[in-house]
Amino acid sequence: MADRPVSDIELKAPKGDWRDAHVELRKGTFSNASLPKDLIALGLPNPRKWQPTDLDWQLPPDWKGILLRGMRERLAKYRSFRLFMDVCVRCGACADKCHFYLGSGDPKNMPFARAELIRSVYRRYFTLSGRLFRSLADARDLTEDVVKEWFYYFYQCTECRRCSVYCPFGIDTAEITIIVRELLSLIGVSTHWVTEPAANCYRVGNHLGIAPHAFKDALDFARDELRELTGLDIEIPISRKGAEILFVMPSADYFATPHYYTLLGYMMLFHEIGLDFTVSAYASEGGNFGLFHSNDLMKRLNAKIYEEAKRLGVRWILGGECGHMWRVLHQYMDTMNGPADFLEVPVSPLTGTRFANAASTKMVHICEFTADLLYHEKIKLDPSRNDEYVVTYHDSCNPSRAMGLLEEPRYVLKRACNHFHEMPAKTIREYTFCCGSGAGLGNDENMEMRLRGGFPRAQAVRHVREAHGVNLLACICAIDKATLPTLMDYWVPGVQVAGVHELLGNALVMKGAKERTTNLRGEPLAKETANA
Amino acid sequence: MKALIAAAAVLFLAFAGASAGVVPGGTAAITVVLPYAAFLTLIAGIAWRVWWWAASPVPYRIPTTCGQQRSLPWIRTAPIDNPDTGVMAAIRVAIEALMFRSLLRNSRTHIAAGRLELSEARLLWLASLALHWSLLVILLRHLRFALQPTPFFVPPLDALDGFLRIGAPSLLITDVLVVAALIYLLGRRLVNPLLRYMSFFTDYFALLLLLGIALSGIAMRYVAPVNLVAVKEFALALTAFHPVVPAAPSALLLVHLLLVSTLAIYLPFSKLMHFGGVFLSPTRNLANNSRRVRHINPWNRPVPTHSYGEWEAANAEKLKLAGLPLDEADRGG
Repeated sequence: MADRPVSDIELKAPKGDWRDAHVELRKGTFSNASLPKDLIALGLPNPRKWQPTDLDWQLPPDWKGILLRGMRERLAKYRSFRLFMDVCVRCGACADKCHFYLGSGDPKNMPFARAELIRSVYRRYFTLSGRLFRSLADARDLTEDVVKEWFYYFYQCTECRRCSVYCPFGIDTAEITIIVRELLSLIGVSTHWVTEPAANCYRVGNHLGIAPHAFKDALDFARDELRELTGLDIEIPISRKGAEILFVMPSADYFATPHYYTLLGYMMLFHEIGLDFTVSAYASEGGNFGLFHSNDLMKRLNAKIYEEAKRLGVRWILGGECGHMWRVLHQYMDTMNGPADFLEVPVSPLTGTRFANAASTKMVHICEFTADLLYHEKIKLDPSRNDEYVVTYHDSCNPSRAMGLLEEPRYVLKRACNHFHEMPAKTIREYTFCCGSGAGLGNDENMEMRLRGGFPRAQAVRHVREAHGVNLLACICAIDKATLPTLMDYWVPGVQVAGVHELLGNALVMKGAKERTTNLRGEPLAKETANA
Repeated sequence: MKALIAAAAVLFLAFAGASAGVVPGGTAAITVVLPYAAFLTLIAGIAWRVWWWAASPVPYRIPTTCGQQRSLPWIRTAPIDNPDTGVMAAIRVAIEALMFRSLLRNSRTHIAAGRLELSEARLLWLASLALHWSLLVILLRHLRFALQPTPFFVPPLDALDGFLRIGAPSLLITDVLVVAALIYLLGRRLVNPLLRYMSFFTDYFALLLLLGIALSGIAMRYVAPVNLVAVKEFALALTAFHPVVPAAPSALLLVHLLLVSTLAIYLPFSKLMHFGGVFLSPTRNLANNSRRVRHINPWNRPVPTHSYGEWEAANAEKLKLAGLPLDEADRGG
């Protein structure tokens, strides 16, 4: 890959006929194929060694029948799918809302074009007009080229749902992408970056396949680090039965940076308020790459959380900072693996607040929990410890558009930091631009497409960097924390990425702690200046 | 090219209508047989399509949330854009249906010199709203022909529609709006390269068909006025199921009738059924309360999982080494 793989971002008028399914699999714009070992571990069909650049994808002999039967089955199971295949009028309101279209200029990345890639096949095989009139009805035969085209473009969608905000019929491309990926997985077409973490999570407990003893080592390491930072012995209980609360976080929080500083932040907070909690070695992953593969796999991975909560005998569950994890927890978990009738309606032990919004799922978002603590003044913050940072906040797609968690993190941030500036209104909250690397696309081989997809988000950050000198992008998503630093280095150098609870940890005033000389990253705190 | 085929199709239909009078039985076919057949197709077709959608299950609660959720009592929520109850979700759908809420959000994104700029884009919203509301008013105005006595709301609607009092018969605002909106919607498909790339025969056909209907109707009012009394007699007979083939109908009326009948037959099987999306989309018509109230998936089924017991058995040595608690030990195993 060249030093600047992407510098030619412009939107040109599309050429050719969209019905031509041939795609050029250009290096840097797609993900590698799944490895057989992971498909075998998960019991998924057609495990084999292959790559998307192969001429022959070694599809099963009856691949076409499998796909068409799969479509028929899903048309019967999902009103969303049935409806979204029919009701688009191609008004084009969604066209320039997709970060992948804006970054790549590829017209098939316009959401309504992306959906037509499967709608055209739906019309051909499932509607009378499509069967009768074919090209006049813009119906297309299902060919191997179409399969390759689906693979290319439905793995160029991060299921961020921005287009669905603008659609007058609420057509949600994420829903279509989920179903097409499900269909592709039936014939063994999926990506390594999705199925390997899923297989690891399934067998070992987390995406990287960190075994229980290594998991404990990572948390012990955090304990040591916290001792150095605060002078306090902050214990992180693992799989402790009878704890009040099970805390579930994305595994990146304990093995990746800058996520790790968020973990330190959570643990300082829990220690300070004396929370009776435990983490789990079995359910050591809140993230769920099943969402990026198929609804069944999502359900299989998610099942652990309730099973573990039941086994440990906790009262309720608290969840850390992670975007797609919260899509699963908020919109799917209770339906898929509930009812959680062995748990109690979450009540904050500090403030007595009853989280009625989680009365059935019994799972609360850490930002809801912390905002409630701050509102009731149960913790003290010294925001000047974050004075070196001029902060803006990136709404992660899933908590924004599949939940509506907008104010809670802002409430925490504005109390933990003195310098906070919002990005332009059409790029935040429900209009937020995706990092461009979600939904299992955040791998290195797909770097060019990630940089392109992240371009709109980076542009909004650049805007506040130029206007206010922003140097820190806060977020509440593990994929953001993993991929935004690359994106910032590329498009807006000088902007770091941090979790909301890292900034909270920086500012948190702890009883009995030694005076803080560094932030959680070990960088010396900014000297107080006259106008600070 | 697709636009040309669509235009040819509509022109052919118009020509067929205009020349029907000279073919024996042609007038009867267009004024009696076709309207009944079309009406029947319209009703049955819509019922079938709506049933087909509504009969399918909604396994997951997947509203697209466009504002603050209800969580902590002191945080201001967006009760309509992120509805928390079924009633609020119904209001959200109503605003979507009546005001095209989501289209109103539209913006335009430009990229120039490596910079991304967002600007307001309300024209699509305005044209769509003008088109749909005008069509509704026009449809209601037509009840004057089909019902006796004329429904009470039609005369004031007519008066309102013609309040500009330009010319005689006075210019109706909806006539202007509907044509202007259709020309805009057609024009953007032809001019905007992105839309031209993704516009289908059906997109052009639907717009041109509506334009043909509007223009033939307008011509009957302003250009070559038809005998309204005769038209009303004909229409009333039709709605009373005592159809009478008009003696010498104007060619414009035949064109109008043929195009309207085509629309009625075409509608249930085309993208013009898009209103179904407004009312049935699970991203719009569901409350965002999936953590408060359990949503039931009617086909929820067991899936293979990796249970705690299997996991512990596979990791027992590592757990013991790390000093982590085992259930096995609890059972004295």
